[in-house]
Amino acid sequence: MTGKPPRMRLETQERLLAIVSPLALLVVWQVMSWLKLLDARFIPSPITIGEGAYRLVESGELWTHLSVSLWRLAAGFVVAAVPGILLGLVMGLSRWVRMILDPIVAATYPIPKIAILPLIMLFFGIGEVSKIVIIAVAVIYLVLINTMVGVMTIDPVYFDVAKNYGAPWPKLFTRVIIPGALPLIFAGLRLGLGVSLIVIVAAEFVAAKSGIGYLIWISWETLVIENMFVGIIVITVLGVVTTFILREIERAVIPWRRERA
Amino acid sequence: MKIAVQDLTKTFEGRGVSTRALSGVSLTVGDGEFLCIVGPSGCGKTTLLRIMAGLEAPSTGAVDMRRSGDRERPLSAMVFQEHSLFPWLTVVDNAAFGLEMRGVPRRERHARARSFLETVGLAAFQGHYPHELSGGMRQRVSLARAFVNDPEVLLMDEPFAALDAQNKLLLQEELMRIWEHDKKTVVYITHSIDEALTLGDRVVVMTAAPGKVKEVIDVDFGRPRDVFEIKAKPQFGEMSLHIWRVLESEVRGARPGVLA
Repeated sequence: MTGKPPRMRLETQERLLAIVSPLALLVVWQVMSWLKLLDARFIPSPITIGEGAYRLVESGELWTHLSVSLWRLAAGFVVAAVPGILLGLVMGLSRWVRMILDPIVAATYPIPKIAILPLIMLFFGIGEVSKIVIIAVAVIYLVLINTMVGVMTIDPVYFDVAKNYGAPWPKLFTRVIIPGALPLIFAGLRLGLGVSLIVIVAAEFVAAKSGIGYLIWISWETLVIENMFVGIIVITVLGVVTTFILREIERAVIPWRRERA
Repeated sequence: MKIAVQDLTKTFEGRGVSTRALSGVSLTVGDGEFLCIVGPSGCGKTTLLRIMAGLEAPSTGAVDMRRSGDRERPLSAMVFQEHSLFPWLTVVDNAAFGLEMRGVPRRERHARARSFLETVGLAAFQGHYPHELSGGMRQRVSLARAFVNDPEVLLMDEPFAALDAQNKLLLQEELMRIWEHDKKTVVYITHSIDEALTLGDRVVVMTAAPGKVKEVIDVDFGRPRDVFEIKAKPQFGEMSLHIWRVLESEVRGARPGVLA
């Protein structure tokens, strides 16, 4: 107990530093803008960006773009995660299914997903569906492959124990296979989340009339550079927040790992 | 007689090489007997136990395990080497695993698991996860998992091998105490002569791979035994030396690292 107060103080110090250093960067940036060391046409000052953000929020424009992107992300993510996990489980468990599907997965996985966006638009039209599909395509591989590996790397001794104690199939599934694969399933979801942000922005650059990616792109085309920065900041914050939420869900669902995290 | 093993052989086929693990093992285990099997590492003793547990199929030969009537009770349960507890289940859920698999309702299986956890001094840890326990505590939970399931036969695969010397003694003592209580039939695999003599009614000595029975030794120290005092007896030393003489040539002649 005696060691606790100084440790707490060290933690607070570290947390303070983590806040202070980016703030210091912003101050230096602002000062450099005032001193005209930075060209305002290319790099607007933090205050200008703040004003741009205020205007976008006030007009409701930012919320429109954000909600559209969020919807596409969520829909694409769910559409990919559910079949990705199911198929991954089946491939992890069945050698036969693995032998049939693995070559297909291995051959199509390296395709940069954004490269097939035109093809997807050809199939699904230029509406919302094609954006959701491109995200789903990008995410499903990561979830599927990680889930499969998660099942395959479960220590065989757990299957021995289950067999020895006469585990019926549903119990084997809920008590051994699912919890055993869960850490890697979440690893797949986390990777999928990162990739889905890249893909949504890229898709909205070229094939949308709304969304954060569209906001960034249209700001570039009309040279409202501060709005471009606002878009970049918003998509970054979105990445941080969704990753945080996913991590919290992971902690709640995998309590036996909490101490190691 | 509870278990009859008849002329068991096991050959593992893999990548063009076939490895013979067991070659004609025959032995019997009496009802309520504590049988220890010692042998050099790689002699196939774990394979023998896995065949008895039904986790592995023999190449030829058969294991006959007799039921004593009650169909509700499982015939056998295995206590595995370390790291076999489910990391994602709490201590009480691990201990109640066998009951859960047999469809015993949650409240009842937890009550039965808890009462056993109490006898091994782990009542306070029932809500913990295995990684929060020491090695000795974890193997107590492994014992609990097997005993709570109340099988007719216990199959134990070097359950205390990874523990330090003091913990090993304590667990042997606890195992003896619990076993005296209901005298289940036990087949106990070990590589320790000392452990085999301390626990067993009989000790089966196996040859190096491919394993078969080399000698069966009666251990008549009587029951209940004190696992500490027994070691001070002169017969203990004599028998230990005798088993070592039997094993020595096998250990020296054993091909290193063939099978665990």
